Amino acid sequence: VQAGSPILHGYFRSSCSWRVRIAFALKGVEYDQLPVNLIKDGGQQLTEEYKALNPMQQVPAVEIDGTTLSQSLAVIQYIDETRPGPRLLPADPKARAQVRMISDLIASGIQPLQNLYVIQKIGAEKMQWSQHFIDRGFQALEPILKQTAGKYCVGDEISMADICLVPQVYNAERFKVDVGKYPTIKRLNEALLEIEAFQVSHPSRQPDTPDDLRA
Amino acid sequence: MHGHNFCRTLCQQSELTTRCHLHFTLVLNADLRPILHGYFRSSCSWRVRIAFALKGVEYDQLPVNLIKDGGQQLTEEYKALNPMQQVPAVEIDGTTLSQSLAVIQYIDETRPGPRLLPADPKARAQVRMISDLIASGIQPLQNLYVIQKIGAEKMQWSQHFIDRGFQALEPILKQTAGKYCVGDEISMADICLVPQVYNAERFKVDVGKYPTIKRLNEALLEIEAFQVSHPSRQPDTPDDLRA
Repeated sequence: VQAGSPILHGYFRSSCSWRVRIAFALKGVEYDQLPVNLIKDGGQQLTEEYKALNPMQQVPAVEIDGTTLSQSLAVIQYIDETRPGPRLLPADPKARAQVRMISDLIASGIQPLQNLYVIQKIGAEKMQWSQHFIDRGFQALEPILKQTAGKYCVGDEISMADICLVPQVYNAERFKVDVGKYPTIKRLNEALLEIEAFQVSHPSRQPDTPDDLRA
Repeated sequence: MHGHNFCRTLCQQSELTTRCHLHFTLVLNADLRPILHGYFRSSCSWRVRIAFALKGVEYDQLPVNLIKDGGQQLTEEYKALNPMQQVPAVEIDGTTLSQSLAVIQYIDETRPGPRLLPADPKARAQVRMISDLIASGIQPLQNLYVIQKIGAEKMQWSQHFIDRGFQALEPILKQTAGKYCVGDEISMADICLVPQVYNAERFKVDVGKYPTIKRLNEALLEIEAFQVSHPSRQPDTPDDLRA
């Protein structure tokens, strides 16, 4: 662990962790990873040690600039506001509001309903439950993106909205949602996956990616 | 009059011609107050009402009854405003926004008055972290749509997720709070906290288990912006719940 670099406590397949990895990559910020295996040992996020980093006992948590932050969108906006490089939110307030609206639709309206903790509570019907909430969210997101998107989710610049979209599509695919029903989401996801920051941060290429899932 | 002066500048004419009248109409529309589509008891709607009140922004309300007629948020008309079919949605400055925290930060960035997020980036990140813990980590698990799906066990389900969130929030707030959630200035974190405590009480969670949350909630409820926006004092508050 290099002194001074941010440390990401995350999981290769956690969509919220992936969001933060994308943001670091877009900004060209080098960072270290201390993986937290959400399955092994009953879930390493449930240790007292990890709880001290993030009392919600979820990933990601990021140690940065002498403080520890959780909640991926809080982390991403902190990175944006303190690091040089391409903006992760647009300068125009209305466009910025659209970026946050899309990000929050995903980060509050979809992902929390299909994260590990919740689907463990739902039990046997977790596939249908997750598909339901992802489809519901994507049904809303598709017309919104039709209005806001240019080359990317909002206009023609990559933003936090794109950072949220790609990992959510990955989740959708894991839950066997047919993303083809959402042509704008599909198109944007494909365009974004061409970008290096989205590739280098991909779940298939992380230090804790299992061999059978490694790219 | 403001509108006519605008027209005079634009049209370079001193009289209200037909073309000038169009400009005047556009200016009048731009001067219209924001419109909040919300529900008196929706915690997400209440957040936006608090923000408007803190900034001293006058706005109109078009209530959306989440229960009546099978839920007015499910109409095609409302879906056009917010495809997620949830409240709140806000018409403001010629656009329509949903997601309360996006709305609140937009208001903060475009209206004068007290900051809703601190100037310091670390403190600002703490405000967002606390707000997101509530707005992503608690409320979506106990909102109307989800508890309707959960069915008979909705009380235990909601209590579970509120308690889980508050168990995490309490030690975080112990670290970040001064007079308010983050330091000594009211922020978006406080705006999220009070409505979530209201929800907790509705689901019979014992907030006394969380002394910092309890203390902050009581201090914030003394503030006018949190009172005037309270669910008991809205245009659509039912008589039996009215303050």
